[in-house]
Amino acid sequence: MIQALAFYLFAIVVCLSGALTILSRNPVHSVLWLILAFFNAAGLMVLAGAEFIAMLLVIVYVGAVAVLFLFVVMMLDIDFAELRSGVMKYAAVGLALAIALVAEIIIAIGAWSAGGLEMSRRAAPIASDVPNIEAIGRLLYTRYLFIFEGAGLVLLVAMIGAIVLTYRQRSDVRPQNVSHQINRRSKDATRNMNPGVGEGMQL
Amino acid sequence: MIGVTHYLVVSAILFTLGVLGIFMNRKNLIVILMAIELILLAVNLNLVAFSAALGDLVGQVFAMFVLTVAAGEAAIGLAILVIYFRGRGTISVDDVNRMKG
Repeated sequence: MIQALAFYLFAIVVCLSGALTILSRNPVHSVLWLILAFFNAAGLMVLAGAEFIAMLLVIVYVGAVAVLFLFVVMMLDIDFAELRSGVMKYAAVGLALAIALVAEIIIAIGAWSAGGLEMSRRAAPIASDVPNIEAIGRLLYTRYLFIFEGAGLVLLVAMIGAIVLTYRQRSDVRPQNVSHQINRRSKDATRNMNPGVGEGMQL
Repeated sequence: MIGVTHYLVVSAILFTLGVLGIFMNRKNLIVILMAIELILLAVNLNLVAFSAALGDLVGQVFAMFVLTVAAGEAAIGLAILVIYFRGRGTISVDDVNRMKG
């Protein structure tokens, strides 16, 4: 009973906040609704018994991705009213397409029935006495080790790519060049001259 | 009792909201990226629901990989957005086809 109540609460809030994410006038509000959607999706995953993924969702999405979005939204100087100008133009065709899509998916779910599933041939059956985190850890560091390393590689490439894309060498500032300073010797900078009387100096 | 069908309906609605977000906010690249995050969240919800329904842990492992790719995608997408805005002063998708080379 309490499980059904929690499920419907989380489900309704996740759908509402998802809708408000795409409908908000202000992108800052969009990001905040997106954070609410992620929290409630994490609640749904806790209900399904996937605590580790739920906590990962909160840490990665709310802690990193949403903050990144907020940062970019606030950093760019954009006229948000101008951005909303085309919304109503696309709303009709978008709504028609969305209703058709969700109707198709729900009809497919209604028609779906799990036939011919052989439960004895599951790749990694969930044992009831092993905690969720421990079971995922065991699986991740044995059978899926190489895919796990590949995921780390994906993150490394994303990090290097983001740095390379946004790094720029500005020509209007002159930053300190430490090696240039240290390499400079006094004999490069000064000269001993002995000019004759009335000849003057040549610089 | 809450079965796998309930989860599938919720994730179908979330997925459709993401697609609708891409359609409606044609001028705002930031909201399009957020809509993609919503779509990936719906996929994750599907994976976890089937993992719980079948009693198979592999779905949760792959939900984690989807999460990794989503984080990388957000970082790269926002980086491209920043350099696009720096060069053009707008984030309207209508002009992106001029982004060549």
